[in-house]
Amino acid sequence: MIDLFQTYWQSFLWTDGQQWSGVIVTLMLLIVSTIGGFTLSIPLALGRVSSSRSLSAVIWLYTYTFRTTPLYVQLLIIYSGLYSLAFIQDTPVLNSFFRDAYCCTLFAFVLNECAYMTEILVGSIRASSRGEVEAGRAFGLSATVLNLKVILPSALRRALPAYSNEVIFMLHGTTLAFTATVPDILKVARDVNAETYATFTTYGLASLLYLMISFCIIVSFNRAENRWLKYLKPRKAKQAIDHSVPLIKEGSLV
Amino acid sequence: MQWLEYLPLIAKGALSTVELALVALVLALSLGLITALAKLSGKPWLILPAQCYTTLIRGIPDLALMLLIFYTIQIGVNQFTDKLSLGRFEIDPFVAGVMTLGFIYGAYFAETFRGAFLAIDRGQAEAANAYGLSSRQTFQKVLLPQLVRFALPGISNNWQVLVKATALVSIIGLSDLVMAAQEAGRSTHNTLMFMVLAGAVYFCLSGFSSLLLYWIKNRSAGWVREAEL
Repeated sequence: MIDLFQTYWQSFLWTDGQQWSGVIVTLMLLIVSTIGGFTLSIPLALGRVSSSRSLSAVIWLYTYTFRTTPLYVQLLIIYSGLYSLAFIQDTPVLNSFFRDAYCCTLFAFVLNECAYMTEILVGSIRASSRGEVEAGRAFGLSATVLNLKVILPSALRRALPAYSNEVIFMLHGTTLAFTATVPDILKVARDVNAETYATFTTYGLASLLYLMISFCIIVSFNRAENRWLKYLKPRKAKQAIDHSVPLIKEGSLV
Repeated sequence: MQWLEYLPLIAKGALSTVELALVALVLALSLGLITALAKLSGKPWLILPAQCYTTLIRGIPDLALMLLIFYTIQIGVNQFTDKLSLGRFEIDPFVAGVMTLGFIYGAYFAETFRGAFLAIDRGQAEAANAYGLSSRQTFQKVLLPQLVRFALPGISNNWQVLVKATALVSIIGLSDLVMAAQEAGRSTHNTLMFMVLAGAVYFCLSGFSSLLLYWIKNRSAGWVREAEL
């Protein structure tokens, strides 16, 4: 095991000599697909909760399709299916885009991740408190300001626990990248396995790396929740009493 | 219409996907229930392995686990048969796929069941005890029926994820829907159409299971009055 690690640790972590590989590629895939999906999900979620029935239906169809079909099938359609279309081969930009493994993989991942994140955000926006939105309208806020300053900040906070699950699922999803020849951790493990036949060690090592990334994600989301969801935590009983006692003494409650 | 010839192949693949998912579901449900009971047993020697199982499995991507378990089992069996100088014994890919999927999703179901057990009102078990039911009777007649109700939303989610995860078994060489679509696409040089077709089958499977689960929900929890919003 130590021999194997000494020979291949560089390819497992960042480079196999010619190109990026291993952990750094997995992290890159994860970060780009999460941030891309997140950015696109905000306008889509606002469209989905808007009063326009047709807009909402179109976005629902997109999210439903991408959430009910396997990511592997989506990747196969984008990576090996779309390139057979004549107009893609004839347009130079599309041609080079769909021939590149990274572009196809990231495109599929962003589309998939965006569908899940949109639905999470929609659920969270729908859970907005009625009074909050009403108060915003009463203050004469325009729809844009209301969305940006009142609805989204609290909806995004409430969505935080669901996002942490989603990011972990996306990490699990990035393992599919190797089927499109992107050298992520699992691809390195497969190559090393083909060279050494140390199956348990190579895949075990890859699993360990994924486990460590998962734990890092969990810890950072816990920290984020501690910061942004602090107001939802149950207050410690003693503190609550300490705060309420002076109020009662002053008689302001009565 | 050359592609029509390949429809039976796709149908066969779809059937094997459904079969795989259902058998894996049964395995995962039983494994999940046992693990949840172990976690709630209060005995450290049961809690520790159960905790390790759910944490490790849920932290590692299913594809990585699949490759790890699938190849390791085969190599283990080979070494075993070599030692006893028996003939080579190939594990049936279907059995291996079911075992791997069941083992992985058992960890997810364990968390669902644990949450459902905790959601049952404590007074229910106490009342059963007060009526003189044995702990076995309490579990079978009082806790289990309510468990179904609380666990159903989680079970539905996990089932949908499990169906989609079966698409991965084609990577370890099992002939399922995705592999059938790939074969048909290669022979007709029309991968796109067959892949979209495979996607449509998954789409319908999911829609169909939502309907079925909705029906089960109404049967198992129809008497519950939900808050009106």
